Amino acid sequence: MEDIQKFTFSVYTENNIGILNRLSAIFLKRHINIESMTVSKSEIEDVHRFTFVVNITKSQADKLIGQLEKQIEVIKAYSHTEDEIIYQETALFKISSKHLYDEDIQSRLKFRRANIVAITPNYFVIEATGLKDEIDNMHDKLKPYGLLQFVRSGRIAISRSKMAISELLHEFN
Amino acid sequence: MSTETQTVKKTTTSKKVNISGAEAVIKCLLEEGVDLIYGYPGGAIMPVYDELYKYQDQLQHVLTRHEQGATHSAQGYARVTGKVGVAIATSGPGATNLVTGIADAQIDSTPMVCITGQVAKHLLGSDAFQETDIIGISMPVTKWNYQITKASEIPEIMAKAFYIARSGRPGPVLIDITKNAQFDKFDFDYKKCTSVRSYKATPEVKEYALNAAAEIINNAKKPMIVFGQGVILGKAEAEFKAFIEKAGIPSAWTILGLSALPTDHPLNVGMVGMHGNYGPNKLTNECDALIAIGMRFDDRVTGDLNTYAKQAKIVHFEIDPAEVDKNVKTDVAVLGDVKETLAKILPKIDKNSYPDWMEEFKEHMTIEFNKVIKNDLHPEKDGLTMAEVIKEINEASKGNAIIVSDVGQHQMIACRYAKFNQSKSNVTSGGLGTMGFALPAAIGAKMGQPDREVVAIIGDGSYQMTIQELGTIYQTKVPVKIVVLNNEFLGMVRQWQQLFFDKRYASTEMVNPDFVTIAKGYHMEAERVSKRENLATAVQKMMDSKDAYFLEVCVEKEDNVFPMIPSGASVSDIRLS
Ligand SMILES: Cc1ncc(C[n+]2csc(CCOP(=O)(O)OP(=O)(O)O)c2C)c(N)n1
Repeated sequence: MEDIQKFTFSVYTENNIGILNRLSAIFLKRHINIESMTVSKSEIEDVHRFTFVVNITKSQADKLIGQLEKQIEVIKAYSHTEDEIIYQETALFKISSKHLYDEDIQSRLKFRRANIVAITPNYFVIEATGLKDEIDNMHDKLKPYGLLQFVRSGRIAISRSKMAISELLHEFN
Repeated sequence: MSTETQTVKKTTTSKKVNISGAEAVIKCLLEEGVDLIYGYPGGAIMPVYDELYKYQDQLQHVLTRHEQGATHSAQGYARVTGKVGVAIATSGPGATNLVTGIADAQIDSTPMVCITGQVAKHLLGSDAFQETDIIGISMPVTKWNYQITKASEIPEIMAKAFYIARSGRPGPVLIDITKNAQFDKFDFDYKKCTSVRSYKATPEVKEYALNAAAEIINNAKKPMIVFGQGVILGKAEAEFKAFIEKAGIPSAWTILGLSALPTDHPLNVGMVGMHGNYGPNKLTNECDALIAIGMRFDDRVTGDLNTYAKQAKIVHFEIDPAEVDKNVKTDVAVLGDVKETLAKILPKIDKNSYPDWMEEFKEHMTIEFNKVIKNDLHPEKDGLTMAEVIKEINEASKGNAIIVSDVGQHQMIACRYAKFNQSKSNVTSGGLGTMGFALPAAIGAKMGQPDREVVAIIGDGSYQMTIQELGTIYQTKVPVKIVVLNNEFLGMVRQWQQLFFDKRYASTEMVNPDFVTIAKGYHMEAERVSKRENLATAVQKMMDSKDAYFLEVCVEKEDNVFPMIPSGASVSDIRLS
């Protein structure tokens, strides 16, 4: 049996309505759970970039690339293992203001790349950016204070090696 | 979204005229060379129908009796002509009725453009009368789909639809047009689409792949070819024949590859797959090189993948990169249109022949003949077999007919025994196995190839799924020949029940109406045959008829189709009884 590992897919698409459905259906059809997903503009005008994180085998990942690229609106799809990318996630923690001056909470914030981004009489909001484990860790540390709200983003990732997407588009124009 | 404008390259230009969206739809069809469409009207598509009335001398619309019929007719037309079939329907139930045919076209790579009406843009998402999200519903079963909400989008999207449907690995495209977009006027201007930025229709042919493939082929001692519909879709019959003749390699076909190579070609060694021939299935696990050409290793072909051709080097000629290594891991993948790749590999191939290896196919054929074919074609029992009927049709047609088959035992028998001299002659629902396919598909096939004889072979179960299309035949006078092989069972399911479910015939026995009377009710000449001595004359009479004709043949109730690879078993475990 092949090992299951974490793959991050970067999918460059035309900016058209409905493309998210088409892409997610590819995972759905193969019964693959999407761990996280982010959509944004890319470095190229009118081209969007989807980042999917999934736990699958290498050969599943290769087949998925084929199926993703087969979609008419997909310009190019890449899959990366963990060591091939630089990635980040962001989380927001909303905590009651009564803990704002707790010594221990202050010290916990220090050792992570975390910032207080809002303070009101009732609550304050901490933002943290980092790897998944770092956010998980932060979450565990802050949980004892009673999280009023907690939200985290999907992964955003940049490949270590070059992705020849711009050249590809250049060729077309 | 306005990005469409930037993503499509344009070529030819025509002059601008101010017309409605509905009229633009017709003009786009005419620009794409369409002169025949199938469909069914309704509220949300009425502006287009109104224009059809105006353009009826240029564009024939065939009113089918169900939207599913419209898709299958469009498929039948596409399959025998190689052109894009067009089906049109209203929103809601009209659109959902298209879905089965679209799914069928998707899995069998049939070029088709479906046009559906949709509620007006301001009503979208409001659960308006006859609103369904046909874009969402059809997304997984289309090659591409798009909802048009502005009249001015029509030419560009229609051009793109036709380009996508027919290029690369063909497939169905659905265009949903809101009612306001059909009414609104705009300056019409048509440019054919020749490329789409994000879509590479045909992969580039790689020289190293050709060389690596040629090396495997030239060094093989027992090579075998399995070819599929890619040869037909790529219009590569001549290149294919030149290739196999030079290489001297025994060639077997999938059911969709059938007719790409004449039946009596000396290198034609029969059909692979669940009900394929004994030799090519068995020898799949003995060849040392398996050369797959325009086929996709469907599970009905491979059986258990863990025991499929493990000893062989695998070379895969394929247009769709997503098919490579999907089911069977290849040693060499030759990506590209087979018309191009086969032509390019030809000079790299040594002239060769494998008489001993061919002899093995012949020996297996003899075994199959004695155990199966003899009883199918020359039965000793009284009851008629399905194969005898096909044999009579072969004799009457001399292998020149287009055979359209439905789904079930009769389909497997038709594919096993029908003889073909020319390509694009076998029309059947392969990947989806859609009962009800044949009658409407035969209408489309006959309209696409009016000079050829079109014979539909249909089971009593399948026939009743789209039997209402007899009405379409009556109205259009399209002279198709319909043969219903009546075993009073959903035979294929009954066969499985017999073999794998202890003969528990749960809901497979059919109490049927008088099919001859029904055909006559549709003013069609009709006859029923149940005796062997009358079969040949009845078939001849049908073939001689200038009009549509219905022939019911009462066949043995509980005959089985063999050989058979039980589902999930190895191709080596093919059973002869
Ligand atoms: C729409 C649809 N429903 C169900 C099936 C499952 N199925 C496959 S073959 C078959 C029996 C077909 O019976 P018939 O048309 O009488 O042909 P026969 O096998 O008797 O030749 C059935 C029910 C199917 N393929 N398509």
